[in-house]
Amino acid sequence: MTAQTAPAPQHIAVSRWRRYRPDQQWEAYLFLLPSFIGFLVFVAIPVVASLALSFYDWNLLSPPEFVGFENYSQLLTNDRVFRKVLFNTFYFIVTIVPLQLAFGLLLAVALNQGLRGLEIYRLIYFMPVVTTIVAAALVFQWFFNRDFGILAAAIWEFGATTGLPIQPPDWLNDPDWAKPAVVILTLWKNSGFTMVIYLAALQGVPAELYDAAKVDGASGWQRFRFVTFPMVSPTTFFLMVIQMIGAFQLFSEAFVMTQGGPAQATLTIVYYIYQMAFEFQRMGRGAAVAWVLFIFIFIFTLVQTRLQRRWVHYETGGES
Amino acid sequence: MTTTPAAIRPETAPGATFRTGRMALHAALILGSVAMLLPFAWMLATSLKSPPQIFTYPPSLVPDPVVWRNYLDTVQAMPFGRFYLNSLFVAVSVTTLQILTSSLAAFAFARLRFRGREVLFLVYLATLMIPFHVTMIPNFILIRFLRWFDTFYALIVPTAFSVFAVFLLRQYFRGIPVELDEAARMDGASSFRIWGQVIMPLSGPVLAALTIFVFLGSWNDFLWPLVVSNSNATRTIPVGLATFRGQYNTDWHLLMAGSVIALLPVLLVYVFAQKRFVEGITLSGMGGR
Repeated sequence: MTAQTAPAPQHIAVSRWRRYRPDQQWEAYLFLLPSFIGFLVFVAIPVVASLALSFYDWNLLSPPEFVGFENYSQLLTNDRVFRKVLFNTFYFIVTIVPLQLAFGLLLAVALNQGLRGLEIYRLIYFMPVVTTIVAAALVFQWFFNRDFGILAAAIWEFGATTGLPIQPPDWLNDPDWAKPAVVILTLWKNSGFTMVIYLAALQGVPAELYDAAKVDGASGWQRFRFVTFPMVSPTTFFLMVIQMIGAFQLFSEAFVMTQGGPAQATLTIVYYIYQMAFEFQRMGRGAAVAWVLFIFIFIFTLVQTRLQRRWVHYETGGES
Repeated sequence: MTTTPAAIRPETAPGATFRTGRMALHAALILGSVAMLLPFAWMLATSLKSPPQIFTYPPSLVPDPVVWRNYLDTVQAMPFGRFYLNSLFVAVSVTTLQILTSSLAAFAFARLRFRGREVLFLVYLATLMIPFHVTMIPNFILIRFLRWFDTFYALIVPTAFSVFAVFLLRQYFRGIPVELDEAARMDGASSFRIWGQVIMPLSGPVLAALTIFVFLGSWNDFLWPLVVSNSNATRTIPVGLATFRGQYNTDWHLLMAGSVIALLPVLLVYVFAQKRFVEGITLSGMGGR
């Protein structure tokens, strides 16, 4: 990327410039215009407006009232629900991200053994990725039903046949179990995505490395630990960042399956933005929550980018 | 890539342990597949059951008798046909417009020289980090101000532009040899013709990937349509399904029939064009790397 933007030697630059007709400047603006108008109206201006809005109290009916930092200070010091919301969001991040990566890598390594039926396995594991989340969440709500759901039935039967005192939890009505239910839905929905990305990365690992490791007497686990894992670490880093951002933005799963409950156990940051703005008509407070979300995502991404130098292995060095 | 991928190199020791390992691997993968498919089977089974069958223990994956009527009841209770049309119209418009506006802009960034190019591109890139949720509330206010609430404009226009698509296409366009458009320019072709007849035709793979990515994203989008549509005339499939749930809270046979109706077209296309889907989502998901 830097290669082409770096200043070219003077004589080349001049000849290049001369080759273009003088009207190219305006032509370029014409090409940009449709995209730029959209960018300005629906992205750039709203970003500024959103920041400004977060310092106001506005219910869309009465005129907006400037309140300074109150929206933020209320959120951070006085709002017990928001504290819960943050806790829930971090819970989802620390469970979903590692599990998602582990599942994806495990599946990808399994599928990369040259097994027959790769296409069929991939078809099945990737299928949830293309499904509409609303339908998926609806199905899982029924799936998790304690009295008539098939998952609960399987657990009952397992307990009965083994004689173990195992009972299915009341997944969606128990604050302690509603979060794991959301995690399970998310893993089911997204593992196929991480799998496919890992699969592409694994196919780029040179076979010679494995052969050399074998010659050195490395076991299967050692080959995974010292060849596969470092070779796919750039992919791991990439997936970690985007899965983390995705987990920060969890909404539909909780909105449809648990409605944020029970007892706000599955209320997430984005859900809280939605509630503030579109249920309580508190536009300013909603905008403030959105900015807190952005700041969190920004800091977390920055920290991960810093930390990656310690564990991510780039074959060609420097490229990121 | 000159090296042999690890997957296709011949195994050196095809002994008994090797075969057992393979069987174990297949067994584990099949078990995983069953887990992935179980929710689909459960949805389909429930959609064909009568209410008494639904509330019996133990639950069964085989409806007996099969109640096809549920589907008729579902489409009579909720205009799913209308939702389909809405979703299709929105997704086709968004995909077309987004690819059009983004490819024009990407062409300018990749091929034309103009003042402020690098700065503008950096501004574009900077906003990639900002989540949609930050701009959602001002956009909602803007939509109300324009009197676009509950119209197709609200569903289509704000998503007809994409910084991400501009970025993805620019990366790809830069990989196309400059000599091609310089030759065309020598022959007197305008920039517009170079975009339409040189660059775009050479970008088939990335355009196909982007089309699938954008279309699927639009088809499955939930939060924005939920915020700006308020009647069945504009509701897309996901929002329609969520509304249906709100009204038929415990009629699981109907809700599951609705879910089948919502998922069927995408899953059908997916099964027949699996490779394209996976490529589209992988390529776009990786930002074109």
